[in-house]
Amino acid sequence: MAINFTLNGKPISLDVDPDMPLLWAVRDEIGLTGSKFGCGMAQCGACTMHVEGQPVRACSTPLSAIAGQKVTTIEGLGGKVAQAVQAAWIKHEVAQCGYCQSGQIMSAVALLTDNKKPSDAEIDEAMQGNICRCATYVRIRAAIHDAAKTVRA
Amino acid sequence: MTDQSKIQLTASRRRFLQGAGAAGLGLVVGFHWAPRNAMAQKAAAGAPQAMNAFIRIAPDNTVTVLSKHLEMGQGTYTGLATIVAEELDADWKQMRTEGAPADAKLYANLAFGTIQGTGGSTAMANSWDQLRKAGATARAMLVLAAAEQWKVPVAEIVVAKGVVSHKSGKKASFGQLAAKAATLTPPAEVTLKDPAKFTLIGKDVPRLDAPAKSTGTAQFTLDVKQPGQLTALLERAPLFGATVKSFDASKAKAVPGVIDVVQISNGVAVVAKNFWAAKLGREALQIQWDDAKAEKRSSDDIMAEYKELAKRPGLPARRDGDVEAAFAKATKILEATYDFPYLAHAPMEPLDCVVKLDANGCEIWAGDQFQTIDQMNAAAVLGMKPEQIKINTLYAGGSFGRRATIQSDYIVEGVEIAKAIGGKAPVRLVWTREDDIKGGRYRPMYHHVLKAGLDDKGEIIAWQHRIVGQSIITGTPFEAFMVKDGIDATSVEGAANLPYAIPNMSVELHTTQTGVPVLWWRSVGSTHTAFATEVFLDEIAAATGQDPVALRRKLLAKHPRHLGVLNLAAEKAGWGKPLPAGRMRGIAVHESFASFVAEVAEVVLQADGSWKVDRVVAAVDCGTPINPNIIRAQVESGIGYGLSATIKPGISLAKGGAVEQSNFHDYEVLRIHEMPKVEVHIVPSTEKPTGIGEPGTPPVAPAVANALMSGTKMVFRALPLPPTATKSA
Repeated sequence: MAINFTLNGKPISLDVDPDMPLLWAVRDEIGLTGSKFGCGMAQCGACTMHVEGQPVRACSTPLSAIAGQKVTTIEGLGGKVAQAVQAAWIKHEVAQCGYCQSGQIMSAVALLTDNKKPSDAEIDEAMQGNICRCATYVRIRAAIHDAAKTVRA
Repeated sequence: MTDQSKIQLTASRRRFLQGAGAAGLGLVVGFHWAPRNAMAQKAAAGAPQAMNAFIRIAPDNTVTVLSKHLEMGQGTYTGLATIVAEELDADWKQMRTEGAPADAKLYANLAFGTIQGTGGSTAMANSWDQLRKAGATARAMLVLAAAEQWKVPVAEIVVAKGVVSHKSGKKASFGQLAAKAATLTPPAEVTLKDPAKFTLIGKDVPRLDAPAKSTGTAQFTLDVKQPGQLTALLERAPLFGATVKSFDASKAKAVPGVIDVVQISNGVAVVAKNFWAAKLGREALQIQWDDAKAEKRSSDDIMAEYKELAKRPGLPARRDGDVEAAFAKATKILEATYDFPYLAHAPMEPLDCVVKLDANGCEIWAGDQFQTIDQMNAAAVLGMKPEQIKINTLYAGGSFGRRATIQSDYIVEGVEIAKAIGGKAPVRLVWTREDDIKGGRYRPMYHHVLKAGLDDKGEIIAWQHRIVGQSIITGTPFEAFMVKDGIDATSVEGAANLPYAIPNMSVELHTTQTGVPVLWWRSVGSTHTAFATEVFLDEIAAATGQDPVALRRKLLAKHPRHLGVLNLAAEKAGWGKPLPAGRMRGIAVHESFASFVAEVAEVVLQADGSWKVDRVVAAVDCGTPINPNIIRAQVESGIGYGLSATIKPGISLAKGGAVEQSNFHDYEVLRIHEMPKVEVHIVPSTEKPTGIGEPGTPPVAPAVANALMSGTKMVFRALPLPPTATKSA
């Protein structure tokens, strides 16, 4: 039976294994590849998407769990917070290999949507689930502070 | 590499290992202009024009640099484009970079001889002369084209920021001149720019890949989708060296979406319509393994053997003076041992490749780090010629050495699977994180024994360094030029070239055999030699009541570049200034890949013994800085990568030989809350550029250990460091 949900504002109906993780449904069935596979067990955050605005690890979220909900991927980001975050990411040249950065950005946008002036500790708390093996963490922190300023302005 | 006879590796060991030092050979060894008709981009109206093997200029005025080096995060695409743009007098906004095709005749890494590949932090060093000349030559052709078109003397043409102009008011973009320029004969000699006139080199020009990597649009191998493409997952042996005895695929084949189950050299592959079906299919496989030849020792067992071995002299890697006589004269002898675990690279993008076969050849998409080797190994599987293997090199989601394997492990697997299904569809092979963590090709486990003899004034008169561990190179086709007299240079680098002025010195190596596959891991031998030597030196400083910086200054008097970074890091970190209670400093200096890095770590110790690295101040000398912001980023990254292995456990084998870790929950890596503040200071230099992808990594672990030692008076002789340290009374 098909599972219906909204992806980046568009209605989607997928007739696949309801246990298929959201990540693979979006990547393999729908063809949006901005969200990455890093661990498959919600340990690294490379697959982070927003479900009803909240960051979730799509690699470990079965498609059945998001029926009827609104899902946003990096491709569907928009609005003041997302623009500020992505502009700050480019300005600070956060990305190195870049593979984890979609997930980092999704987590950062969720953080700044809730908290317009996060402290270093709050950034660490919100971003701890996103691994970057290039260790771009110094710049992630700087970019989030910078984006927060833009959001508040 | 399965057919050694086919391979003509002409790199000398020295060139391979010291690419930076050999960069000057570039023009002599490998500079080669392809005849333009041989290039992929044929001169046709409206098409981009190949100015030479490295530069294309399109009618829309974009300039594309063909990068022979993999972009895996280290900023290579931006750095190489900067060198070209500088000599071309291009506008930075018109620059692009893409991966060059696999063709060693045009794109060999000059530090590797005849091999196209990326590693050893060689990209800038071996491209510096080559791309300056390529850019200057292309500029000369554009100037000539303008001069002919406008009928004015060449000397009157001016080029600036991508515009070619003449005082008469005539001007043209590169794009407008490219078609004509491409028909001209390149000048044999060109004058390179005076470095004093550089406008891009030495500036923080923006990274070319930043926008794509901040919007989810950068294309990685995992994102490739060829028409009809299938996804394969491979079940590999649970023990290193085990092989498939038999298997039952009936349950796997019953999984909806599974297309095929095939056996290849490394295991049994499930080929399916998508990743999820392949994963479920793989879980349903029933395989009997033959573990007769498998490695069954635990890592503890292996380490115990290493410690036994270390009691005997090893093969000499360096002998200065008369070490035995000096020890006999010494009034005090210090001895310490240092242990290092296996480490997985764990790049964020697990290994993957896409392979398409047809009657004429094979096409591969990968974050390919070793194009020539991968072509040879793929060709051997398919019974083809290496030039029939087309490789599309995409962005790699990290590598840290993992994608450059002499056996081309993941490429060969992909090719074998594509062959086993008769080439009926393009196949994407995906490694899961578990495959990656359990898959071997680790930084080898090592045991070091260091012994120093001091005279009655506390001066070091004898130094003996014994290293025990596996060779990365022995047993591979690279052995012929990278292993000399039984010494794999990658096992002893950083120890055998220790710069300290010690009159009697011996460095010895025991090369061990285990069934665990090993590989170079960001900064290779220096991952362990820097720790052993720099921590031992601080132990000597402590035992003789000397300041660690003062001792290093004394021993490095004849090494100005080491001294330069040592002094700069010490000054910027406020070395010698009092610290608040619970805060401690340590320093380490190390040369790797012809670059010099000193780091000062500031560690905060809590009352309960827990500790955290709060700040690292680094000073680096990597020759002419091409892009200071990327240099800073690489040092930040190198510190984070090294710190991960400083505080997190490595890979271990249980009794019976199974790897005990499987994913990021039990093979933990550094997370954001563990990342210190980092300051990077760059020594101004007009020397040729050297590497920066790796050299930031080695000093951090010893700097942290030395900080803890200074504050606690405890000794720290193994990585990872313990999570708690108790301050002595």
